[in-house]
Amino acid sequence: MLRIENLTVAYGGIEALKGITLEVPEGNIVTLIGANGAGKSTTLRSIMGLVKSRSGKVMYQGEEITGMKTSEIVAKGITLVPEGRRVFPNLSVVENLMIGAYLRTDREEIQKDIQWVYDLFPRLRERSWQMAGTLSGGEQQMLAVGRALMSRPKIMMMDEPSLGLAPLVVKHIFSIIKEIRDRGVTILLIEQNANVALHIADWGYVLETGNIVLSGKGRELLENEEVKSAYLGKKKEKAK
Amino acid sequence: MSSTTLQHLANGVSLGSLYALVAIGYTMVYGILRMINFAHGDIFMMAAYFAFFGIATFRVPWPFAFIGVILATALLGMLVERSAYRPLRDAPKNSILISAIGVSFLLENLANYLFSGKPKAFPEITFFANTVVIGGVSIQVITFFIPAVTMIILAILLYIINRTKLGMAMRAVSKDYETAMVMGIDINKVIAATFAIGSGLAAMGAIMWGIKYPQVQPMMGVMPGLKCFIAAVIGGIGNIKGAVIGGFILGLGEILLVAKLSSLTGYRDAFAFILLILILIFRPTGILGEKTTEKV
Repeated sequence: MLRIENLTVAYGGIEALKGITLEVPEGNIVTLIGANGAGKSTTLRSIMGLVKSRSGKVMYQGEEITGMKTSEIVAKGITLVPEGRRVFPNLSVVENLMIGAYLRTDREEIQKDIQWVYDLFPRLRERSWQMAGTLSGGEQQMLAVGRALMSRPKIMMMDEPSLGLAPLVVKHIFSIIKEIRDRGVTILLIEQNANVALHIADWGYVLETGNIVLSGKGRELLENEEVKSAYLGKKKEKAK
Repeated sequence: MSSTTLQHLANGVSLGSLYALVAIGYTMVYGILRMINFAHGDIFMMAAYFAFFGIATFRVPWPFAFIGVILATALLGMLVERSAYRPLRDAPKNSILISAIGVSFLLENLANYLFSGKPKAFPEITFFANTVVIGGVSIQVITFFIPAVTMIILAILLYIINRTKLGMAMRAVSKDYETAMVMGIDINKVIAATFAIGSGLAAMGAIMWGIKYPQVQPMMGVMPGLKCFIAAVIGGIGNIKGAVIGGFILGLGEILLVAKLSSLTGYRDAFAFILLILILIFRPTGILGEKTTEKV
């Protein structure tokens, strides 16, 4: 569904991505794990057209989308849940959801989708008219996910959804991610928390200083010794 | 209340409304680009010339002339943004500020060159020049007209900002360009719309200014521009209601100062700057200014 070929991105001469190739098949959860500065966010930002790539291609449903305007990419069904939530603090919860549907014109369907998001996250319904800036971190993450869903994406990219959240909230968010996938939305997930990410992922890529160094099924990567010691913080002898 | 006091109040409210209309333009642009559009006062001046030429030279009936002036000024504002500010969007904030000062000088000198520095008399429009007598004081129609128009405009503007899709996009863009783009918002269009609205309001201000103080010259935008900027700061820059409150405080304050302490008449312009200094010392965020603390 989404394919990245030899993508290179540089910030002022420093290469953040050194020619990565990866594929996100329809209906899958694909995760990209790696340490800080490995180039994970850059990958998502260049797919969204927020940073220019130096070389390489982004293909989406057989069509090249490299160099397109962000709004055109969104219109094609790609969305991003940005790192650190980035909800609009000066907009109410319901307005944040409505702005997620900015390019849509089907008013009635938008109202239905708002109700659907509220069913996914009942906490948001209670806080519908509250300014998003007053929500807790976990609620803001729910709102960021709900806002992304409002564009009726075919593929949802998530940048560190677990960042700074309590373990229980992380668990909730990840169960919702699975539910969203089961409804037919393809997911590209970026995580530093490799453990949770690999548990739900169909396929995983390991990114290290701008290169993909390893890939495999989520479960397989969980068992991989290199991954274990580098990203899961587990020693060989320790049982999982 | 004595009849002269009533007259002063009416004048103060009317001047305050004019300040408010222009101050809204400063505050809207600041809200979205975090820059002071120093050319705003000169866009106001250009609008006054447009009105002068429309009515005096081309003899367009005034209601049509006014609509044309508002549209032309909105276009001018968009043109300035497109050519002088958009190319600097990713540059340091100081560059765009200096560019604004450059546009200001350009417009002033352009007006001087094209229209000459000699003041032109704004054409008198009988409808506005008529006077009505209330409580023993005769007051010009324009004195009532200005605050009434300002209030209607303000209501429409608040509706646009709080209740429409464009307004929602404006509020989103003012907080976070990149996330707004991820929502599919074309931020260039939103910023262009902001300049169009701000400049259109400056045009309304300029038209009414011309009717009340009927003299048009290339530097006429400088002092009102500065004062309206001060009004925006007093109210809390970035806040539209604040700009209106700031405009009224400044307008009423100025008129009452001149009326009640006539020995200080020469300090009329200094009054605005003293107020600015006081606000910056005691309440830098202005009356309705946004708090800078935000949840991360």
